[in-house]
Amino acid sequence: MDILKKEKLENTALKVREHIIKLATDGGCFVGASLSATDLLVYLYSEFLNINIDNLSDPNRDYLFLSKGHDVPALYGTFVELGLMEESRLQNHLSTNDHIYWHPNTNIPGIEFHSGSLGHLPSVAIGVALDCKIRNTNNKIICIIGDGELNEGSCWEAVLVANAYKLDNLIFVIDRNYFQANMATEDLIPLEPLGDKFKAFGAAVRQIDGHSFEVLDAVFTDFPFEIGKLNVVIAHTVRGKGLPSIEARADRWFCNFTEPEISELLEELHGNEFANIESETLMVR
Amino acid sequence: MSYEELLLKTALADERIIVMTAENRALVRNMPKNLGNRFIDTGITEQTMIGAAAGLALRGRVPVVHALASFLTMRAFEFIRTDAGIPNLPLKLSSFIPGFLSDGNGPTHQAIEDISLMRGIPNMTVFAPADEQDLLLMLPQIWASPNPAYVRINTRNTDYQHDTNFEIGKAEVISKGTDVTILVYGMLFEQALITAELLKNYGKSVGLVNMRSLKPVDEKVILEVAETSDLVVTLEDHFLTGGLYSIVAETLLKHQKTANVMPFALHERWFKPALLNKVLDYEGFTGKQIAEKILDMEINDFHSEMELAAFAE
Repeated sequence: MDILKKEKLENTALKVREHIIKLATDGGCFVGASLSATDLLVYLYSEFLNINIDNLSDPNRDYLFLSKGHDVPALYGTFVELGLMEESRLQNHLSTNDHIYWHPNTNIPGIEFHSGSLGHLPSVAIGVALDCKIRNTNNKIICIIGDGELNEGSCWEAVLVANAYKLDNLIFVIDRNYFQANMATEDLIPLEPLGDKFKAFGAAVRQIDGHSFEVLDAVFTDFPFEIGKLNVVIAHTVRGKGLPSIEARADRWFCNFTEPEISELLEELHGNEFANIESETLMVR
Repeated sequence: MSYEELLLKTALADERIIVMTAENRALVRNMPKNLGNRFIDTGITEQTMIGAAAGLALRGRVPVVHALASFLTMRAFEFIRTDAGIPNLPLKLSSFIPGFLSDGNGPTHQAIEDISLMRGIPNMTVFAPADEQDLLLMLPQIWASPNPAYVRINTRNTDYQHDTNFEIGKAEVISKGTDVTILVYGMLFEQALITAELLKNYGKSVGLVNMRSLKPVDEKVILEVAETSDLVVTLEDHFLTGGLYSIVAETLLKHQKTANVMPFALHERWFKPALLNKVLDYEGFTGKQIAEKILDMEINDFHSEMELAAFAE
């Protein structure tokens, strides 16, 4: 990846993170999970997927399903930066005059399916991938899945079925940020060895740094990883990435910051002093 | 006392109690350190949690299980029906953010068919407290009963002092009236108090009933109200189908009675996701809006910000 492209992506990701932070007040949002998925979404929409404002209903477009729906602020931010959504709509967060709330819905053009209940979209993505196989079209289908989400049995049923139908047009991207709500994944329901689990279920697995655009570019350029196998990318990420004061902390799940805290966090994002956060986290999913 | 304090006190006094959660710890934050191995977090696995609770109940335990209302009642529905309902095992289901309480989460998180689903399971009992005080005075009997039980958790506060003589199958009659009687359960009780006050100001004789126990339901109160009140209002943050409106209709039909019933419920649609006070206003469920619909007129001498202040989060 050339240096200019990399800088452009990093700049876009920085702006997306600003949008996410600004959504984390007046009711709040799932800020940590959004920040961990930001670089993935920015890369995929900017470089990998054939999705743009003009082809959102074209059956030959690519698909991205956001199964860990609580990170939708990252998707809104990406949509704004890539021209799929008006920035002004973000002002309508949690108000009744728009559809911008804590989970994705199809009132926002570009969102393929609503989510929020975990473990649903791996199977919906399978349906789309199956139809693309039946019709012999070349769409790429991505499903973003949280690591905590992998607790739900339906995720593993989906891997079994994808393997049975040799869905090499489908990529499950695991946002491996090592947290689920208020717990570290390995302290509650351990997932490791995660790559081996997917391999044992028949998938072609890549484990990568989910915050490096060069690494993301190298691995997705290699798609499909193996003919006839489900592609699984385990993207190792950091919950709260970009904000060292909340990074990788179990208690920074759903955050509703005060206005002064938002200002401090924006400063912190740009490499200045750490923010001093006093707001208590809320324990809801 | 809070929900968690009552649960801990009960569990410490009764070895049979096992506290479980499908990684929703909002109501049980301090349980791990206080209850040791009688606290079990199965992760985000609602089905496995219910199955495991049934296994624990087979061994004489009383599992009190926690999850968000929509995932508990729908993701795990068949497990509840088959593993708790068929064998009549005493699983106690604490469902978090039911109804309007899911505010800005969206339709995936809106449990507004939970009463309908849970009361459809043979042996299951169903409860919906009006506020935290009501919840805490209902729980000891619910947890002590031999049946599976579904509780719409509501930890919001109101100023109302409830009748502490809770009985399974009995409603709490707040007031009696001949013009209008409001039957309500859960968090809308708070709005119903405002509605009743407004209607009284307009010279109406107003009854108000906190239903509390939806299965078994207090048929006697429903029949009395139908007999003595010109208008019966059912008020619920639930789909019109299968909730209190249906319960009233079934009760009246069973006893070959009829009544003039005005339902407030969600009809064939999910509610608009937003912060709670905005949801109530948008959906027409504030105390004032309910009164206006009953009176079929606008109320102008009422300061709505007073009413909504109660919902500041």
